[in-house]
Amino acid sequence: MTSNDTPAEDMPMVRFDGVTKRYGPLTVLDELQLDIARNEKVAIIGPSGSGKTTVLRMLMTLERIDEGVIWVDGEPLTHMHRNGALAPADTAHLRRVRGKIGMVFQHFNLFPHMTALGNCIEAPRRVLGLSAAEAEARAVELLDMVGLGDKVQHYPAQLSGGQQQRVAIARALAMRPKVMLFDEVTSALDPELVGEVLQVIRTLGSEHDLTMLMVTHQMGFAKEFADRVCFFYAGKIAEQNTPDAIFGDPQNERTKQFLRAVLDAV
Amino acid sequence: MIWDWGYTFEILPVLAKASIVTIEATLLGFVLAAVLGLVFAILRMSDNPYIGIPTAGIVEFIRSTPLLIQIFFIYFVFPEFGVTLNALTAGVIALGLHYGTYCSEVYRAGIEGVPRGQWEAATALNLSPYDTFKDIIIPQAIPPVVPALGNYLVALFKETPLLSAIAVLELMQTAKILGSQTFRYTEPITLVGLFFLVMSLVSAAAIRALERHLDRRYAR
Amino acid sequence: MQLRPIVFTAIVCFAAGLWVASFAGFREFLPGLLNGTVVTVQITLGGAALAVVAALVAAMGKMYGVGPLRWIAVAYIETFRGTSALVQLFWLFFVLPHFGVSLDPVPVAILALGLNVGAYGAEVVRGAVNAVPRGQWEATVALNMSRVLALRRIILPQAFVAMIPPWGNLFIELMKATSLVALISVSDLTFRARQMNDITFRTIEIFTIVLVIYLAISIIITVAMRTLERYAARGQGRGRRA
Repeated sequence: MTSNDTPAEDMPMVRFDGVTKRYGPLTVLDELQLDIARNEKVAIIGPSGSGKTTVLRMLMTLERIDEGVIWVDGEPLTHMHRNGALAPADTAHLRRVRGKIGMVFQHFNLFPHMTALGNCIEAPRRVLGLSAAEAEARAVELLDMVGLGDKVQHYPAQLSGGQQQRVAIARALAMRPKVMLFDEVTSALDPELVGEVLQVIRTLGSEHDLTMLMVTHQMGFAKEFADRVCFFYAGKIAEQNTPDAIFGDPQNERTKQFLRAVLDAV
Repeated sequence: MIWDWGYTFEILPVLAKASIVTIEATLLGFVLAAVLGLVFAILRMSDNPYIGIPTAGIVEFIRSTPLLIQIFFIYFVFPEFGVTLNALTAGVIALGLHYGTYCSEVYRAGIEGVPRGQWEAATALNLSPYDTFKDIIIPQAIPPVVPALGNYLVALFKETPLLSAIAVLELMQTAKILGSQTFRYTEPITLVGLFFLVMSLVSAAAIRALERHLDRRYAR
Repeated sequence: MQLRPIVFTAIVCFAAGLWVASFAGFREFLPGLLNGTVVTVQITLGGAALAVVAALVAAMGKMYGVGPLRWIAVAYIETFRGTSALVQLFWLFFVLPHFGVSLDPVPVAILALGLNVGAYGAEVVRGAVNAVPRGQWEATVALNMSRVLALRRIILPQAFVAMIPPWGNLFIELMKATSLVALISVSDLTFRARQMNDITFRTIEIFTIVLVIYLAISIIITVAMRTLERYAARGQGRGRRA
């Protein structure tokens, strides 16, 4: 990587370069090398404890990395250029670069003391500096897109899980990120509500220029939606390929074991 | 700051003797509070609402009104009934009553924390209410709430200076007397403050250690 | 709760109230006691305001302060929680003048009690802020909010609702502690009661009325806090539906 801040067309949108994460004696991610191209949709699957959620959390700066560098849109995220070398990023740099990334959580994490509309205009107003009118127009458009145009004044407590998760997606999109992270976003939902959320994600993928990275247990959805599937095991990528290849003809023994166990449970 | 070390060392022995009275009042008051608290708690949980609700009312009344007034009340009221109490006794009774109400809330929480199944097993074995309480419920109710009781012991200890209002010769009263004799209040009051601070920090640490010990034994 | 025992207790209380009101001295004592009540309420309100401010500052200092700021906050909290309110009151009353600070007894009382309750309040604030689910913090990171913005708009508003009941208890403790100011000769309710008792020795009547007045104030505080809690929690359900 040259010390150059202007993104070229062929550079990956996200790059994990030798990234390692440890919790005490436990190595959760082991020298991860992963490139994600512009507008690529990547699904991350694997057993619990394999490090898949940690990948997302580190990209969202919710966790610190122990070794390696994460690059976003041609710039280092976790580090910054100083005197021609890479030094750990300071808060200002971190906040600037992480503004390109948005995340939707398993447990929604909506702000309970604000309405759906309030949730969606808060960050655009306070962080991006949009005027009240602009922020509201943007929020209404997004809430409409996720099918909640008639519920903008509802509080999270008055919405179903599926509706809350859709608000969470609209809230993240309101910041116009370039990369969207989805951390098991349907795992906390009752089965009959999963479909409406997946439909929103499907629409997002087809109608918007977004790089999407999702940790999921919804194998059927991953198969139909993702451009690439990464199978994580014990902190490393055990196998990655197109969905057809991974689900149809897995090469790695662990991948086969995992898929057998998961598909058996379906 | 004007601080007279000579004076400080002079008054230390006097204050040390007074601290014994403070500790005496604390321990006696707490024993009374612990016992009364249990009585209040049991009465309040009585099946008979004519006992339960008035008890709740009395407990609330005592909890919501100042300890100082209660001290005055007991000290000045008893003589009207022909019983003259010395100041320390009156103070201990007031402390016991006031903190007894706090303890009763703690006991109630502990008793309600005992799983329903225990009561049902006792009924199935045909145990009398007295035996149920004594052998089954209380032994399970108390250990989890011991830290809370410990906190109230410390709180009671810190309120013993109120007894100075009826001239009990505990630390605060002694400090005031020393101060008024020499017009140097800074040293006595600061020393008393430090004494309470040290005792309080030590007992806070002791209670935390006790909590950890109990958590290990009664891990829920 | 069955109705009949409540009605019974209420009738007994009402009868007791009438009995108290029929005290010959009731009309005699009441004006003086009410004057004292005004002072008690003044000190309670002043102390409460100071306590809330002190608690917020100390809690933020302890949780997010840097180096010396954090130490000052911790020292304040441990000192005022670890020593007796009366000792603090006396110390400020007798010792402050030596440092050149000359205050009337009422401001000293507000200062002492406000700082005392504020130290306990700091732990309440800390507990409430820590109880806000971690996911809320993570959402603010995902939305690229600064820590100050997150605290101001997202975390503290949620912590606020959880804080109200414990603060209600603290305000009642504050009210009870105002009785201590009688010992530095401030003319509050307790002082007036002592005064009248020393003159007339009608202990039972006087102190019963006084206890009832304190009880009334504490009930008002409790009702006010419950109303505040209902208002603050409007719209927010407790717990999640999936």
